[in-house]
Amino acid sequence: MGKWSRRAFIGAGVVAGGALVVGIAVRPGNPTDELKPLLAKGDGEELINAWVKVDANNKVTAIVPHAEMGQGAHSVLAQMLADEMDVDWEAVDILEAPAIPAYVGADLGREFIAPTLEVPKVLEPTVQGAFLSLANMMDLQITGGSFSIRGSGQRGMRTAGAAAREMLVAAAAEKWNVPAAEITTSNSILTHKSSGKSATYGEFAAAAATQDLPVKPRRKKVEEFTLMGKPMPRKDIPSKVNGTAGFGIDAQVEGMKYAAVKAAPVVGATVEKIDASKAKTMPGVLQILNMGDFVAVVADGYWQAQKALGTIEATYSEAEGQNLDQGDVFARYAKALDEVGSDGGDVETDEGDAIGTFAEASKKVTAEYKVPFLAHATMEPMNCTASVKDGRCDLWMGTQSPLGTRRDVAKALGLDEDNVSLQNAYLGGGFGRRASSDVPVMAARIAKATGYPVKMIWSREEDTAQDLYRPSATSRFEAGLDDKGKLVSWNNVHTHLFDPQEAPQVPHYAIANHLIRKVDVPMHLRFGPWRSVDHSQQAWFIESFIDEIAVEAGKDPLELRRELLARSPRHLAVLNKAAEMSNWGSAMPRGHGRGIAFVPSFGSVVAQVAEVDMTGTKPRVTKVYCCADVGFAMNPDGVAAQMESAIVYGLTAALYGEISIKDGAVQQSNFHDYEMLRINEMPDVEVTLINGDHERLGGAGEPGLPPLAPAVTNAVFAATGKRVRELPLSKHSFA
Amino acid sequence: MIKLNVNGQAREVDVDPATPILWVVRENLEMTGTKFGCGIAMCGACTVHLDGKPVRSCSTPISRAEGKAITTIEGIAEDDGTLSKVQQAWIEAQVPQCGYCQSGQIMSATALLQKDPNPSDEQIDAAMAGNVCRCGMYGRIRTAIKSAAGNTQAAKEEA
Ligand code: FES
Ligand code: FES
Repeated sequence: MGKWSRRAFIGAGVVAGGALVVGIAVRPGNPTDELKPLLAKGDGEELINAWVKVDANNKVTAIVPHAEMGQGAHSVLAQMLADEMDVDWEAVDILEAPAIPAYVGADLGREFIAPTLEVPKVLEPTVQGAFLSLANMMDLQITGGSFSIRGSGQRGMRTAGAAAREMLVAAAAEKWNVPAAEITTSNSILTHKSSGKSATYGEFAAAAATQDLPVKPRRKKVEEFTLMGKPMPRKDIPSKVNGTAGFGIDAQVEGMKYAAVKAAPVVGATVEKIDASKAKTMPGVLQILNMGDFVAVVADGYWQAQKALGTIEATYSEAEGQNLDQGDVFARYAKALDEVGSDGGDVETDEGDAIGTFAEASKKVTAEYKVPFLAHATMEPMNCTASVKDGRCDLWMGTQSPLGTRRDVAKALGLDEDNVSLQNAYLGGGFGRRASSDVPVMAARIAKATGYPVKMIWSREEDTAQDLYRPSATSRFEAGLDDKGKLVSWNNVHTHLFDPQEAPQVPHYAIANHLIRKVDVPMHLRFGPWRSVDHSQQAWFIESFIDEIAVEAGKDPLELRRELLARSPRHLAVLNKAAEMSNWGSAMPRGHGRGIAFVPSFGSVVAQVAEVDMTGTKPRVTKVYCCADVGFAMNPDGVAAQMESAIVYGLTAALYGEISIKDGAVQQSNFHDYEMLRINEMPDVEVTLINGDHERLGGAGEPGLPPLAPAVTNAVFAATGKRVRELPLSKHSFA
Repeated sequence: MIKLNVNGQAREVDVDPATPILWVVRENLEMTGTKFGCGIAMCGACTVHLDGKPVRSCSTPISRAEGKAITTIEGIAEDDGTLSKVQQAWIEAQVPQCGYCQSGQIMSATALLQKDPNPSDEQIDAAMAGNVCRCGMYGRIRTAIKSAAGNTQAAKEEA
């Protein structure tokens, strides 16, 4: 890392007001002949951009291409940039790169960020490409998959910061006529000790822009970090304690009205007829729209719209999924799994001879596990404000995918993408839900129908019943142990409803013979990525089954995992640390139990030990120990917060999470029947971080989730002897 | 016209008296710090104070606020803009993630500490169980309440 690849480039220039702008791009495509000498050989091909602006008044603006949904991405990215650049942290502002049309077209993009940017001719084509690739990245590389820090931060922000610093130093060296190596930088100040000269970055911003572009800006070594690795307070937090943080739902647009919506309860059905005779007469109601797939009421106020909507009687068309009940879902999975048996289905991994070794195994273990559909239930219900007029569409919302949204809205309205603009706000929770554009498309369609700006807000009922769900699944396992009790065969087949598949289909454990297969089972519901994607299912299946194998083999669950990880020191260190934190093996009171789970995901490694108290009427998780290796924790407090957050998200799902279907429609509607963990059920959480590899950063937002559910259900087994093979725990009685 | 007192200021609104306080505050008064989460008093995101007591503004009609003082998240800092003890404790413990629930959390915590300057763990649980944090920052909320309580106590002893 940190090397310039042949496809990397750095651009810089001076913009209006004497500000320095530096940008980085690593893009596919061959550089021109003139460019080649500037670039080193390397292998990176990711699309990365980061931009920084230094004003003449010494203000530094970090331009970050990611949404802020609570994961602290904005702040950490700025922290990485500021450290490399030696700027005064207090003087750093953060700007989210906007998804406005002007930003996407290469020429126009430059107008936004650097209207008077001057670049050497040789770099011209590449600069154009850089803006394009930034656009592409925001589109493809949406905020999710825990990518922001390891991708944009490590490759982009740090390099941009280092380059900007070198250019400022070069400018000062030239003016002061001293060797650049003698100039030191700190807190946005350049100092030449022996001559006693010093100046702010701002004073040299314009001159720096005329310096040669560094080909390989030197990034700091870990020992030199001043901000990276430190628990810096997040910059967005002050606005989140005084009510001033702007979320999508807070958009204020001149002349805006409010829309409440209700979609056909069964996906695929259409609204055939509505009786709005009562709604029409209600105060504040402006328009009642049958949009085909949903009904909208537009009113002066949201409450008026929602109340009127509640009086509308709608009839819906027949839909393919309308007869589906929850029992049929798992029956369908069972049938599909029966059909493929022990060796059919789509093979994902096949190593050694799982079937042969199973046949000869001394001991055989089999199990089947089921997990339900889950909703995201972001705290901020889905919403979007839209205005459509004069061939343009303007959107205000919080989204994980600004450019994907623009593209989809443009398509839905038949507009050119350049005529759709989006103002991104803070997200009141994302968890994957705000990566899709179904919501803004609805808002834009309503705004088009009304002709004036409309803020559409989904009720919590709509948010729960019309989500893009985490798929439910059934997974079957067969494992074989040899006569020495060694796990030699692993055969797994699971149902599959939704891509992308993130989870490694091979357990990271060393098992000589393994066969992993999947079976597609079509279903009429809509699905989407949910925090940690399919790790949320696969990890529970795998880590539950490993525990069952340990019991069958007469081994301690920790011991079995240790054996299987013996050749992975980094993994082992995390596992051992979590065990040590929990004082694994020490006695527990009657009715209490301890469970462990270990899951690498998104480039990070996490082990958790959960302790449960089963003496009451329902399981109570009292303590969770978590050890995480995210490579290098750029902001350790931020990483710890992400682990705490993922533990609660995972625990909510493990204890309560279930979306069920009746007559093709979702049965749950609000927090009374889709329950959330509350503070009185909050376990004590202890997090320890290991910095295992500071060059290869892993994600932080998602990897804390997958181990939680299996750690809890393994603990339930330890306490009660009852093996949970279907989630959530609320389905089971432990009396 | 309904006459209101919001964060110490006299306001008048022309709305249906049945309109929930939440929507009057957000839409008519354009103060968006108070949030909509569920609309059925199940999440606490909309918590405001009526005469110092926490209420779920999504389920409380504006008519109930007549003659009473409404306090929202915008109104709990000192007059000179200094953040309240609770707000400061929230920053110190780096409580918010997405931040969406936090106005409601802070309003509930503020009311709790006004009633019980030194709440026990059980009192904290009881007062805060109506506030969902989907980002799961409950541990930090506990820490922040305890640290604000400590401050309240210390401040009292000094006085
Ligand atoms: S919005 Fe009022 S309690 Fe949820
Ligand atoms: S901080 Fe996001 S819901 Fe509480």
